[in-house]
Amino acid sequence: MTEQMTGAQALVRALEQVGVDTVFGIPGGAILPAYDPLYDSKKVRHVLVRHEQGAGHAAEGYAQATGRVGVCMATSGPGATNLVTPIADAYMDSVPIVAITGQVASAAIGTDAFQEADISGITMPITKHNFLVTDPADIPRTIVEAFHIAATGRPGPVLVDISKDALQATTTYTWPVQMQLPGYRPVTRPHSKQIREAARLIAEAKRPVLYVGGGVHKATASPELLELAELTGIPVITTLMARGTFPDSHRQHLGMPGMHGTVAAVGALQRSDLMIVLGARFDDRVTGRLDTFAPHAKVVHADIDPAEISKNRHADVPIVGDCKEVISDLVAAIKADGRKGDYAEWWRHLDAYRETYALGYETYEDGSLAPQYIMERIGALVGPDAIYTAGVGQHQMWAAQFIGYENPGSFINSGGAGTMGFAVPAAMGAKMGRPDKEVWAIDGDGCFQMTNQELATCALEGVPIKIAVINNGNLGMVRQWQTLFYDQRYSNTDLQSSRRIPDFVKLAEAYGCVGLRCERPEDVDDTIRKAMEITDMPVVIDFVVHADAMVWPMVAAGTSNDDIKYARDMAPKWEHED
Amino acid sequence: MSTRHTLSVLVENKPGVLARVSALFSRRGFNIDSLAVGPTEHSDVSRMTIVVNVDELPLEQVTKQLNKLVNVLKIVELDMTQSVQRELMLIKVRADADSRSHVLELVNLFRARCVDVAPDAVTIEVTGTVDKLEAFVRVLEPFGIKELVQSGMVAIGRGARSITDRSLRALDRTA
Repeated sequence: MTEQMTGAQALVRALEQVGVDTVFGIPGGAILPAYDPLYDSKKVRHVLVRHEQGAGHAAEGYAQATGRVGVCMATSGPGATNLVTPIADAYMDSVPIVAITGQVASAAIGTDAFQEADISGITMPITKHNFLVTDPADIPRTIVEAFHIAATGRPGPVLVDISKDALQATTTYTWPVQMQLPGYRPVTRPHSKQIREAARLIAEAKRPVLYVGGGVHKATASPELLELAELTGIPVITTLMARGTFPDSHRQHLGMPGMHGTVAAVGALQRSDLMIVLGARFDDRVTGRLDTFAPHAKVVHADIDPAEISKNRHADVPIVGDCKEVISDLVAAIKADGRKGDYAEWWRHLDAYRETYALGYETYEDGSLAPQYIMERIGALVGPDAIYTAGVGQHQMWAAQFIGYENPGSFINSGGAGTMGFAVPAAMGAKMGRPDKEVWAIDGDGCFQMTNQELATCALEGVPIKIAVINNGNLGMVRQWQTLFYDQRYSNTDLQSSRRIPDFVKLAEAYGCVGLRCERPEDVDDTIRKAMEITDMPVVIDFVVHADAMVWPMVAAGTSNDDIKYARDMAPKWEHED
Repeated sequence: MSTRHTLSVLVENKPGVLARVSALFSRRGFNIDSLAVGPTEHSDVSRMTIVVNVDELPLEQVTKQLNKLVNVLKIVELDMTQSVQRELMLIKVRADADSRSHVLELVNLFRARCVDVAPDAVTIEVTGTVDKLEAFVRVLEPFGIKELVQSGMVAIGRGARSITDRSLRALDRTA
């Protein structure tokens, strides 16, 4: 099919043809030509956000909730640079998004023109790939390539920067297009020799652990993981990016590893003789001090990105491939091998860790709210079928620890980049991608004030998300570090939100949302229920909590996982050692 | 212990590719000793010769990271003994009537060439391995080196095989 049209029309047509139904963005000078045909599109819904950062995180939330590529759009210069944070976030967490930015006219590129920024140069280290398009004839092919690169292999963000003259010029639109990516060949099929070797190590291990990362859900391999776990009886640990990939309620699940992981998960890794690492990357927040991490363990490391294998920790058995294929091949190889490991002794230790050092928290005699209790109640009342998003900090860790996840992809948060302000726009994007799901944003009062302008978008576009603001009046995680490592010198962490500046209830109302406040444990259930009853408007709940609540367990940054504390100055006794 | 490694990197001949490659090295904390880039026998493909000073493990990491660049087609590490390596140097040396014949004698010994002559200086072109060029500079130093410019290293494997064969076939298929 060929047809004469402008570059802008070609862009919108190509977006329609690759199946885009939602674009988050804000128009401006350089991208303006694209917004004209977008106005007429019956297939693409453009959501006018209030800040480009919101557009980027919304695209991430959409992508993670649907498994499809999220799309955001902005103009040149500041519009594009406002997308930098979400692009970096998507890069760290391997989220497939395509960012489309307008660029000044090609003749003006490099002249410091009005609203000019070298966004392809700026985003080079934080995109999987990016394009600068100045010829309208290249637009359809570039869009197809961008979506292909974003969604395949290790997913990630792709930026397409299009000069204004390319959008305005007339071109011949041809469909379908042939991709020209000779250097892009992701490996998805694992090597059978490595799979057999992994199966052999699993059969011989005495203290194996399945260390599961975000790649397993991205490969939609939760069913395969469940089969592998139940076939072998090996304990499962899910990282922050993998919460929900394996049901929290499953007997073999030990919880989250790392800085704020469970004692059972951290202890299991430290004492294991074999780690089967699936779609995870030995992040420093998981390993603690690397040279003391899981010192006795051999490593089977499966990842779709060859550069992750042996990057931080040497892999005895490297497997490059898609986790769905890797795990199903592993299941087949283990069945063929026929041997079954005896982990009774191992489980005896692990069960003891689990019972002795179960997750817990402090309650307060003055009647003030423990944030962890709120998480437990939200988890219980809202349930595991909802989608939860979180910002970054204490509330994120409590949300990871106490809500309880049963379904893959039900916890969407900013892991690698640690982007405060992620929760609200990500929840908006998730809800628009999955309107059938109840979506709760768990946010902190610090995070909330970074991106709450998208409440306006939610109210106007009819996106009835719930936002639970865990308001301790402080940048809580930073304050926790000041408590523990800086002699309680609280330099610039007091947001004074307790003085109700701003008043989150009034703020919610000003944005056309419902605002609720809860300050006592006995009101928590009623408040959550009330929020759940409102299904036609966004709801913000200001949960005013105790300022001194801390996240435990904790492995202090740069120390060994062996030095985990389950409460202040309380180290577990590893007396179940043989 | 760090060692020098020579990487031949075939890349798509597109704008910004050099920036992508050099930015990747600096971002991941790898020092480039030398980098040379130029066209190949295939107009769509450029070839970079990159000399890095790294251990075996970081080398593996940098190779994998390079391979992730969409515009990178192929990476081959060239073994010093199984390849021919050359750098080009232009040197302006002080040489008047008294010293010129001494300088020209050294030029002949090193199979270099004199490319420009002035009353009190000559400019010499010399190619060779790093060791040869270093030796040449050492013998010229006593005369007084006024200016020196040097290219990055280019290298090619010995024997009949070509590293471009297979990757270029892949390129033709999609072109």
